Amino acid sequence: MKAYFGRRYMLSASHRLHAPSLSAAENRAAYGKCNNPHGHGHNYFVEVLVGGEVHPETGMVMNLVELDAAVHARVLDRFDHCNLNLDPLFVNLAPTTENLCRAVHCLLQEALPAGLLDRVRVEETENNFFECSGE
Amino acid sequence: MIYLTRRATFSAAHYYWNSAWSEEENQKIFGRCSNRNGHGHNYTLEVTVAGEPDPVTGFVLDLKGLKDLIEREVMKAWDHRHLNLETEDFAQTIPTTENIAIAAWKRLEKGIGASGAALSRVRVYETAEIFAEYRGEA
Repeated sequence: MKAYFGRRYMLSASHRLHAPSLSAAENRAAYGKCNNPHGHGHNYFVEVLVGGEVHPETGMVMNLVELDAAVHARVLDRFDHCNLNLDPLFVNLAPTTENLCRAVHCLLQEALPAGLLDRVRVEETENNFFECSGE
Repeated sequence: MIYLTRRATFSAAHYYWNSAWSEEENQKIFGRCSNRNGHGHNYTLEVTVAGEPDPVTGFVLDLKGLKDLIEREVMKAWDHRHLNLETEDFAQTIPTTENIAIAAWKRLEKGIGASGAALSRVRVYETAEIFAEYRGEA
C-alpha cells in the first residue's frame, strides 16, 4: 500500500530579493521592502513529503532517521543561519521562496532514494507558502 | 468537487516492535520507539472527504455525521488506549504513523461512503512536525 510520510523542519535565513537584470527602480517596484539593500530574514518551515510502499517489516515508508540525515546534510546545514544571497545557487537567481523551494526539491531529489520524494513545501511566514513537486 | 476536512485529536500509547527481529535489531531500526514500556503522543487526525455540495443544503456531507463517525470508529477505539495492547488494528501490525493513517482509513471508509461523499485523504500528525497520510492507493 502506498502512503505518505511528512516531516517539518525550521531554518532561519536572511535574504534580499534583487534581480541583477533589473534597475534599482525596477527592483524596488518588483520587490518593495524585500529589496532593502541590507536584507531581512525569516524562520522558514520546510515540509518534506515522501511517498511509497509501507515496508511490511518496519511499517514505514522511509526511516525518519535517514530522512532527517538527508535534510540536515543537504538543506539545513547549507541554508540555516545563512544569507541565501551568498549561496552559489542564488548568485544569479533571486532567493524568492519559490526558488528556494525548487532548490530544496532538487537537493533532496539527489539525496533520497529514487522516486520517494513527493513534494517540498516551504513556508516563508504563517501566511505564505510555496510547494514544488518537481514538475 | 469540494474537499472538506474535519480534525480530531486523540491521545494514545504505542511502541514499535517487530517480533520476527532480535532486540538489537529492533533497537537499531526503531531506536527509542522500540522501548517495550511504550510511550505516547497527542495525535491529530485530519479526515478529508470529497464531493459535490448538495443543491438543497449546500453540504458535501453533514459535518455532525462525520464528527459522530470519527468519534464512533476512531476515538472510541484509540483515544486513551495503548495501540499495541488494546486494539485489534495493531495486534499484528506495527502502529507507525503510516499504519495508523491506513487503519483510520479502513475504519472510516464504509461510513463515509454511505453518506454519498468519498473519503479522499486521511492524515495523522504524531507531533506538529511529523505526519503520515493515506489516500486509498493500493
